[in-house]
Amino acid sequence: MSQTNRLNGGLINRDRPMSFKFDGKSFQGYEGDTLASALLANNVRLMGRSFKYHRPRGPLTAGSEEPNAIVELRSGARKEPNTRATTAELFDGLTATSQNRWPSLAFDAMAVNDRLSTFFAAGFYYKTFMWPAAFWEKVYEPIIRKAAGLGSLSLEPDPDSYDKGFLHCDLLVIGAGPTGLMAALTAARSGAEVILADEDFALGGRLNAETFSVGDQSASGWAASLVGELSAMPNVRVMPRTTVIGAFDHGIYGAVERVSDHLPVPADGKPRQILWRIYSKQAILAAGATERPIAFEQNDRPGIMLASALRSYVNRWAATPAKRVAVFTNNDDGHRTAADLHAQGVKIAAVIDTRADGPVSRDYEVLQGAQVSDTMGRLGLTFVKVQLADGSERTLECGALGVSGGWNPNVHLASHQRGRPTWQDDIAAFVPGDALPVGMSAAGAALGHFSTHGALQSGVDVATKALDVLGITSNRPTLPEAEDAPINVTPFWHVDGAKRAWLDQQNDVTAKDVKLAHQENFTSVEHLKRYTTLGMATDQGKTSNMGGLAIMAELAGKSIPQVGTTIFRPPYTPTAIGTLAGRSRDEDFRPVRKTPSHTWAEEQGAVFVEVGMWLRAQWFPKDGETHWRQSVDREVSQTRKSVGICDVTTLGKIDVQGADAATFLNKIYCNPFAKVPVGKVRYGLMLREDGIAMDDGTAARLAEDHFVVTTTTANAVGVYRHMEFVRQCLFPDLDVQLISTTEAWAQYSVAGPNARDLLQKVVDPEHDISNEAFPYMACGEISIGGVRGRLFRISFSGELAYEIAVPTRYGDALIRKLVAAGEEFDAVVYGTEALGVMRIEKGHAAGNELNGTTTALNLGMGRMVNKKKDSIGSTLSEREGLNTEDALKLVGFKPVDPSKSVPAGAHLMTKGDKVDAAHDQGYITSACYSPNLGHHIGIGFLKSGDTRLGEIVRLVSPLTEVDHDVEVVSAHFIDPEGDRLRV
Amino acid sequence: MIIHHPLLGPRDASEFTYLGDAALIHRPDWEAEDALDQFIDYGYLRSNPAGLHRELWFHEGGDRSWLVVTRDTTTHEITKVELARDVARQEGRSK
Repeated sequence: MSQTNRLNGGLINRDRPMSFKFDGKSFQGYEGDTLASALLANNVRLMGRSFKYHRPRGPLTAGSEEPNAIVELRSGARKEPNTRATTAELFDGLTATSQNRWPSLAFDAMAVNDRLSTFFAAGFYYKTFMWPAAFWEKVYEPIIRKAAGLGSLSLEPDPDSYDKGFLHCDLLVIGAGPTGLMAALTAARSGAEVILADEDFALGGRLNAETFSVGDQSASGWAASLVGELSAMPNVRVMPRTTVIGAFDHGIYGAVERVSDHLPVPADGKPRQILWRIYSKQAILAAGATERPIAFEQNDRPGIMLASALRSYVNRWAATPAKRVAVFTNNDDGHRTAADLHAQGVKIAAVIDTRADGPVSRDYEVLQGAQVSDTMGRLGLTFVKVQLADGSERTLECGALGVSGGWNPNVHLASHQRGRPTWQDDIAAFVPGDALPVGMSAAGAALGHFSTHGALQSGVDVATKALDVLGITSNRPTLPEAEDAPINVTPFWHVDGAKRAWLDQQNDVTAKDVKLAHQENFTSVEHLKRYTTLGMATDQGKTSNMGGLAIMAELAGKSIPQVGTTIFRPPYTPTAIGTLAGRSRDEDFRPVRKTPSHTWAEEQGAVFVEVGMWLRAQWFPKDGETHWRQSVDREVSQTRKSVGICDVTTLGKIDVQGADAATFLNKIYCNPFAKVPVGKVRYGLMLREDGIAMDDGTAARLAEDHFVVTTTTANAVGVYRHMEFVRQCLFPDLDVQLISTTEAWAQYSVAGPNARDLLQKVVDPEHDISNEAFPYMACGEISIGGVRGRLFRISFSGELAYEIAVPTRYGDALIRKLVAAGEEFDAVVYGTEALGVMRIEKGHAAGNELNGTTTALNLGMGRMVNKKKDSIGSTLSEREGLNTEDALKLVGFKPVDPSKSVPAGAHLMTKGDKVDAAHDQGYITSACYSPNLGHHIGIGFLKSGDTRLGEIVRLVSPLTEVDHDVEVVSAHFIDPEGDRLRV
Repeated sequence: MIIHHPLLGPRDASEFTYLGDAALIHRPDWEAEDALDQFIDYGYLRSNPAGLHRELWFHEGGDRSWLVVTRDTTTHEITKVELARDVARQEGRSK
């Protein structure tokens, strides 16, 4: 039968019935239902299994604090585990599956854990899986891994998109219950820019779950009319389905808006969720309060829930978990639940009040001074056993039990900056303390004002104060009439003598576990949390922490405030990783930088490699080449034989201008730059202030007051930052300006014996680039087909070489022009691999050698550090420890057996020495196969390497089983005199 | 966090990169007798206060100013933001 437990009334739309499935079975609900309310209306109380003991569980709450009713929502790629049925908005066609059970929810084989619970007490894992040690990897860990975890992932890519957004406001109001609505109204009517955010899809908070009136309207009607007014105001942004998940520094809040979770699939072009960053000048925490349970024997059966949740299901959703219910309370609010349910025609078995002096009723029985001592019903509550004031016992038949242990203000966001909440005796609960996040104030139930009148009043008052801070005169609305019941609560946390009284239903922590932890000396709340897992997982103990603290306090003979709370951290409710990632996923994970020749390189079939964010052509395979080495060997050989062309745009380029430009470079580089003539390039080595090499490159002097500095691709950003630091912080009066022009210029290397002949065909004829007019290390402005460009005669490959640059937009045209011009020379285009091979053959240091541990001395450039001037790093490069007799020196290595390789990372040992760290002589930094020499080569650092040329050393890499001899040689394998550069 | 840039007004901290103690402005004189010792102190000895701290931030995603930000490390409250260049000049640095 359909919806047997559906009552009259409620805020559901009976004109919009909706079908849904739970564990394969079809049900009907209505628009406005949550999955939990619709299941209850269909007389389904069992919705999940607990984490550890696999005990049958139903919803404990009607909101985001839910520990039990967590399900897998949807199927296929959109499957989402650990979704709370209590907040999942029903839509037509929704499918949900229970989790943490096998083979079915009603019969779960793992429930055997429950029988063995004696063995699974707090600290079970720490005590049990200790020995034998060999068992850990083979036996224990696989078992734990299989048993651990809640729900399962689809393992398919998420088909939905997520977005991020930024909002600014004068006042952020967190929570749209009576307090938040009134605060927002006050601020909005006063002209402030207001954002009102609430996690629910229906704004109004508890007003939607209560039967009393506000002013001359129903509570929910009043809320709806206020939301209507606010939504129509241009200075208000009303955000339903939006959870403020964290309070960050300086008034910044994180909020997740569930844009499409209530739809089968997101509308076209809409994200599933948006992560908002809200910049607020002031914020009001109007997050309300959460009812807390009481721990008693077997208090976790499906049907046992918070009294306020029971009331919400009946009043808001017209759904009752059972036809006959009881209420267990220590305060007057529990009686309101009984009265409301009675009015809706639900039979009240009794109200069990722990107090002897609580209210009585004419409509149903109230058992004063009584406690629930036990419950029955395996898959759902059937009976509760009550111990009466006189000590006698009574058994009540009921299918649901509402439990009310008082209310806890939702202080979480108030404590996100480590401010500790303070205890308030009259409500027996924590309220936000003094040290709130900057600009935040708490109001209403979040501040301990639990009556509706108190909440409305507090909303106006706190908003007025916030407006004062903003310098806005408050336009105070008149308060509607509302209930103003006093809070009568006598703290009552747990029924004594219970064997299995559940505190944390999500983690299966009982009152006894807390006692055990205390007995084993876990006396700090943070330790208690880790040892028992109390307050962990998806609900973060919203309904359980207070109970645990109370028991801890009792055992330690302290008050609850002395024991204190654990630290509250964002996010307030579980947040999907996809939401935090936003659009930064797949190909948009981070920006991709492409060089101006990218399209051309793609046309050539280039294989690309990521270098930082850049995509660079790694090599260009030709027809018939099946291995990358074939391509690279060809590119290298042909470049050295004739001419090769390579895109070097990614090298960092920094324009340095000003009367003091040369003085500035003299500070930045360890070698001198003051006397570099105009039209010349000089190699420069930059040190860090601690004397370690930072980066190297060239500086070309285009004019007296104008240099172009190049950096390595990887260090471009860091070097620029460093140069600005030196300019602004160390030498603020130097007349020099810097700008990064890396992306402004496309730059190509043209290298090889025919480089000049090729370029001659490309640059405009008026430029004389003969060896006499444009010698090695010359630079100058040129033009190519009338387009201004720059030419640098510098070489990384060791060949006669140039780098030619044009503004980026001409980069594609230039590469095509160079390649066309190169046809008659059989010019080759080469990628980063060939570039690397040629620089290793030449013995040039690169990133592998400038690795953050090496000095100029290590690099064989010790004499470059000019002692007659002040430059960054020169003083500390003189430290004794960096200048020892046996300092590492950059040298070359070739295998004694030419068939062997020289793998980078392998270490060097003196022949005959022990192979261990104490006898380490150095290591290989870069290695390759040299097509010109016909064998592998490497360069690396060897102790006193420069004096050991010709020595045979042992190359070892125990992990990769390398162990053979190499000969120490000069790092300059090709043209050591540099003749080729100068022809 | 929000950093009130002296030229650009309030900017999100994500636009900046952090370097550390603003004492890095006090680079020693390389020609001093004990220059090596001074540079070792300069390079390696920093205080790490719980409380007010003057530190260097670089507006990398913005106008590339180096700033001296006075921040309480326990609360993240920022009480002062200056252009590092002005601070350097005030403290006698020049060329």
